[in-house]
Amino acid sequence: MNMPAPINMTSAAIEQVKALLDGRGKPSAGIRIGVRTKGCSGLSYTLEFADEKNEFDEEMEVEGLTILIDPKATMFIIGTEMDYVEDKLESGFVFNNPNEKGRCGCGESFHV
Amino acid sequence: MVTLLQIHEPGETPEPHEGETELAVGIDLGTTNSVVAVSGEDAVEVLKDEDGQALVPSIVAYAPDGSAIVGELAKRLLLSRPEAVVSSIKRLMGRGAEDVKALGGQLPFDIEPQHDGESHLVRLNIAGQTLTPVEISADILKALRDRAQEHLGAKIDKAVITVPAYFDDAQRVATKDAARLAGLEVLRLVNEPTAAALAYGLDKGAEGLYAVYDLGGGTFDISLLRMEKGVFQVLATSGDAALGGDDFDHAIADHFLKQRQAELGEADLSAGEVKVALMTGRLAKECLTTEGRGEWMLSGSDQQTKHALDRATFNDLVKPFTDRTIKICHEVLTEAGYDPLDVKGVVLVGGSTRVPLVREAVAGYFGSEPLADIDPDQVVAVGAALQAEALTVGSDTLLLDVTPLSLGLETMGGLVEKVIPRNTPIPVAKAQEFTTFQDGQTAMAIHVVQGEREMVDQNRSLARFNLTGIPPMAAGAAHIRVTFQVDADGLLTVSAGEDTSGIEAKVEVKPSYGLSEEEMSQMLYDSMAHAKDDMNLRLLTEARVEAERAMLAVRAALQADCNLLSVEEREAIGEVMDKVIEAIRGNDRDVINQAAEELDKATHVFAEKRMDKGIRDALTGVSMNTLEKSVGEPEDA
Repeated sequence: MNMPAPINMTSAAIEQVKALLDGRGKPSAGIRIGVRTKGCSGLSYTLEFADEKNEFDEEMEVEGLTILIDPKATMFIIGTEMDYVEDKLESGFVFNNPNEKGRCGCGESFHV
Repeated sequence: MVTLLQIHEPGETPEPHEGETELAVGIDLGTTNSVVAVSGEDAVEVLKDEDGQALVPSIVAYAPDGSAIVGELAKRLLLSRPEAVVSSIKRLMGRGAEDVKALGGQLPFDIEPQHDGESHLVRLNIAGQTLTPVEISADILKALRDRAQEHLGAKIDKAVITVPAYFDDAQRVATKDAARLAGLEVLRLVNEPTAAALAYGLDKGAEGLYAVYDLGGGTFDISLLRMEKGVFQVLATSGDAALGGDDFDHAIADHFLKQRQAELGEADLSAGEVKVALMTGRLAKECLTTEGRGEWMLSGSDQQTKHALDRATFNDLVKPFTDRTIKICHEVLTEAGYDPLDVKGVVLVGGSTRVPLVREAVAGYFGSEPLADIDPDQVVAVGAALQAEALTVGSDTLLLDVTPLSLGLETMGGLVEKVIPRNTPIPVAKAQEFTTFQDGQTAMAIHVVQGEREMVDQNRSLARFNLTGIPPMAAGAAHIRVTFQVDADGLLTVSAGEDTSGIEAKVEVKPSYGLSEEEMSQMLYDSMAHAKDDMNLRLLTEARVEAERAMLAVRAALQADCNLLSVEEREAIGEVMDKVIEAIRGNDRDVINQAAEELDKATHVFAEKRMDKGIRDALTGVSMNTLEKSVGEPEDA
């Protein structure tokens, strides 16, 4: 039985990650998504380039991209959709996480 | 509002709200004593009073003007003004008046009678004031908060508070309410054993299995924790709510009193003599913890007796109790499927773990020296402080706790369907599908229960609600999805919905009465003692429910299509149905299953006839052309 992918990425997100990896200027193993216990509402996301895969990282392939998920994060972000949004003022990634039960007022952290 | 995230170089993700600093304290809110600690740059500081005492007795005295005095001073007032002083209030947190009644007259509290329209919460009458346990606990928390603010010279409004692993929803909510009243936001409620393990930094150490051995004055708790991939889990907890250092005092007092009786030839002991012996027993225990031997005097009824006690005799007296703790350790390990040698380290918590024999027993059983560098009275607060720092400043450790008892639903026949098993790491959300029992059933009563037994009436009822508006369907066709969610603080919410119609019943599970520690351990004990009987009863009940379902279906069919059967056929089915009714009344599962099977066979022909009739009805009056057409284009049919 195939496990469903831990997270889904929109095509906009895939395009942008590819572009950012190309523009990084050094080889990358992929990007790593994690959570940490910071912020006023419990947890916040981290999104970083990965130089190498860690032993316990959850690994998924999306259209040739390697997405690494910190093992501590998996249970909090399974089913999340990662999107990229762009408007006149700002651009960046958004996590639409069905596990989230609330966010803090500033939107930087969430809790499950 | 959503913040857009950028991809950063490894390790360079900025902290949220960088630049804002906030202080949060860790609080061990104990039954007898409480401790407050704060974690700073490089060390944890346990906050002490002017006398250098870290322990704040969890005792509150109320002055005539309503102001509260907490701690050592209140403890001294306990003797002179007992009516104005409250102790051990933690035992009443989240309890209803009913629960307190069950505890009998053992509590030194004056319980206010409950008035109509009031909540079920217990109210105490103290020096003319009516107070709830939440308000009294809030006064203790306020005192701890004041101590912290004085020490740190800053406003403190956030805290991590520890609770026993077996605290249920009601008790956890009550603890949070008390904190709110005291002006503290609870960042997280952490289980006491988990906090103790954090204090030793086990979360940063090697992966593996750890045990927390907590022997206080009156209670014993053992918890198994596992550290894996940077995640901390409580695997199992157990204990005995009536086993602790006080038993050691009793054993020594008994020993002294026997000697005294033999020496003086007294037949009866006065209450005063017993009290003195108990106090002497306590002194002897504390002395023999560090010394090899000692001598004590017992006075009373004008006659003094002298009693010598050495470490070896002391050990003999205490051994039955340490044996019991080790037996419970063994049970918990066995239940979790581990061997004592699998445990990489044991953390000692509670003042009674200072007794050398306790340490020897623990070391002997687990095959390694227990961790005892941190004062066992303060270790829980130290862990809470570290967690408070982690939640405000940030850390890489996520903390997981477990559900102390299974959570489930009542299903047909009074059976329990466990949705979240005992010892499941939290936060957790689990959904399970249920269906209707009767044709056309439009509502479903959802009864949430807590406990390990197979039958509802042997478990504890947490909440009931109804899911109404289910569209009428054949029995078993509806898909009712029930979701159980336990958040990081151990609080439960249950929701139910039906898929095809989209109806939903969101329920707020109101925390009901609390559960006493004795009841909790009794429930666990019963579930083990009755495991086999329970399983048999469950199988029997399942067989009955199944047979009844079959009977319902046959009755419905007979009502609809009775004319398809000859008189003999009808009689034959009737006979088998009588047999099934008879079998259901009995207690033999095999007989019930056999009768149900016979019913199935006996109605086989009937079922075929009904099917034929169904097809005939469908075809009646339909010309071949139309039929072909409808087969060819099913969407028009």
